[in-house]
Amino acid sequence: MSSTIIIPLLAATVQSGTPVLYATLGEIFTEKSGVLNLGVEGIMIVGALSGFWVSQASGNPWLGFLAGGGCASLFSLLHAAVCLVFQGHQVVSGLALTILGTGLASFLGTPLIGQKAPGFSRIFIPLLQDIPLLGPILFRQDPLVYISYILPIAIWLFLYYTRWGLALRASGENPRAVDVAGISVQFYRALGIMIGGFLVGLGGSYLSLAYTHIWTNGITAGRGWIAVALVIFAFWKPGRAVLGAYLFGGVMAFQLRLQAMGTTIPSSLLLMLPYLLTIIVIALASKRSRGGEAPAWLGVNVEPEE
Amino acid sequence: MLQLRKRPTPLGWSAPLVFVTAVVLSLAVSALLLRLQGQPAWEGLAVFFQSGFGSTWALEDTLNKAVPLFLCSLGVAVAFKLQIWNIGAEGQFALGAVGATWAALYFSFLPWFFLLPLMLLSATIAGGIWGLIPALLKLYMRANEIITTLMLNYIGILILEFLVYGSWKDRASFGFPMTPVFESGAVIARIGRTNLHYGLLLCLAIGLAMALVLAYTRFGYELKASGENPRAGRYAHIPYKKLVILVLVISGALAGWAGFVETSATLNRLQPSVMAGYGYTAIVVAWLARLNPLGIALFSFLLAGMLVGVEGMQLELQIPAAFGKIMEGLILLTVLSGQFFRNYRFARR
Repeated sequence: MSSTIIIPLLAATVQSGTPVLYATLGEIFTEKSGVLNLGVEGIMIVGALSGFWVSQASGNPWLGFLAGGGCASLFSLLHAAVCLVFQGHQVVSGLALTILGTGLASFLGTPLIGQKAPGFSRIFIPLLQDIPLLGPILFRQDPLVYISYILPIAIWLFLYYTRWGLALRASGENPRAVDVAGISVQFYRALGIMIGGFLVGLGGSYLSLAYTHIWTNGITAGRGWIAVALVIFAFWKPGRAVLGAYLFGGVMAFQLRLQAMGTTIPSSLLLMLPYLLTIIVIALASKRSRGGEAPAWLGVNVEPEE
Repeated sequence: MLQLRKRPTPLGWSAPLVFVTAVVLSLAVSALLLRLQGQPAWEGLAVFFQSGFGSTWALEDTLNKAVPLFLCSLGVAVAFKLQIWNIGAEGQFALGAVGATWAALYFSFLPWFFLLPLMLLSATIAGGIWGLIPALLKLYMRANEIITTLMLNYIGILILEFLVYGSWKDRASFGFPMTPVFESGAVIARIGRTNLHYGLLLCLAIGLAMALVLAYTRFGYELKASGENPRAGRYAHIPYKKLVILVLVISGALAGWAGFVETSATLNRLQPSVMAGYGYTAIVVAWLARLNPLGIALFSFLLAGMLVGVEGMQLELQIPAAFGKIMEGLILLTVLSGQFFRNYRFARR
């Protein structure tokens, strides 16, 4: 029983959770610098499209994956321009990015609907794949999943054990002090937006290159917004993002499995589960935290010097 | 060398100029995008304006689309005034459509003067509940309303789909997900010989009422005071919790009305295509109008014209309808950036 149902389900959980994990880590990175970016959904789908495009044109999925991150990063520069240069409202700018990004992906992606691109397939890791239980769940995945195992640790090390990471976090916690120290808050906030956007874009191209190899309209289906929610659930900690992403991945995998098994429950009800779970999780996490975890200057612009 | 200077007083008379520049800039970028896609840019824009605003028929279509946009946007604006980021108009719209359809299907024997008010009432309740949930989650679980309202959008649309694919499906629809056509008593009538419907009058009435309430009542004053400075509001003993609930329920109910008007007057039945994204465009409208009811009327009209214009481009030049989203996003970004120049200017060093 456990080996035929539970293990494939858990392996699918990891796979479904991975794109959300990339996006959540990206948004944590951005928010740590004090910038709230609600454009995740739009940035993610821009990443998904450009990754798909480049992979199809070049025949190299790795090139596509990186291009997905790169284009998403460039796209998120719009947020940097509006919020950091023109002092625009971060919530409104983020929403505009979501509207623009989903529009662009739908506009430019229409001719691609149903087309295939070279994507990633599973690579079994020798020795590790034979570990009982964990092996088949964690180490019989595609290479992008393996990258996502390292990523939270790398981001944590960067944020908490490097000078750049310190300056970036300080730009979110106490930008005045950063300014007094002669360090440019705007630079680190721009860095937060761009690297965050890059990671979100990687999550997007995971969807079009590994999760499916086919382009569909609206491929992100709210995953970007779920990532925004998971940042709160994760208390802005990369490690807890893993937990949140896999929790979401579990529900996704579960409802897909039920649908595949031909359940009589209507699919519209099953499709509600991830969104319902997000509301429940966000409510429980918000009640527990006392608001101290969010960067103190999150969402607040720092006015330019005269 | 250019240098940024803060203006001693915010820009007054030339603010509209900044705004127009921003809009023109976003139109230029849109045209450029068409060009890059190998489409004729100027012809595209010509078709756009012609089919959005260029004829009586176009104007009627634009006004009809402005109706749901105005209702959603008015609701969104009331919430935004309190700095409550209700992104959930889309879901509240869906619930309103479901509520109205419920009344239309189960009380179809009633004459219109009972049935239409009943539909309005059930749309109000359904949409209102969809606004109440995030309000309660915010107040008692401290859950961020941006996320809860957004998730409720997805859930609301799925509820609508669950019903039209399931128990409400018309047996004579050859398997298409749609309810039977409403009885004539459940359909909002057209005004005279025009293509306009009486939903327009509903907008005028509620718009006027809301403008008066915001300007002259205690509620309007409390909203303004609390929204501009929540801490000061608390010291002035303004009941913040009550305001949050009230504001989100009103917001949800108004979006629900839009759902009612669209199903009843435009489609005469419930089907998934009723979800045309008005709830999201409404956010753009509310913000461009700076939350002012009169401005919302104006911008609902302009953005509805944009939607109709894009439809025209789709019909004549096969340009995907998503082009409208691109224009919306661009206008929002350029106008947002343009506001900077109300407070700052460049000066020679």
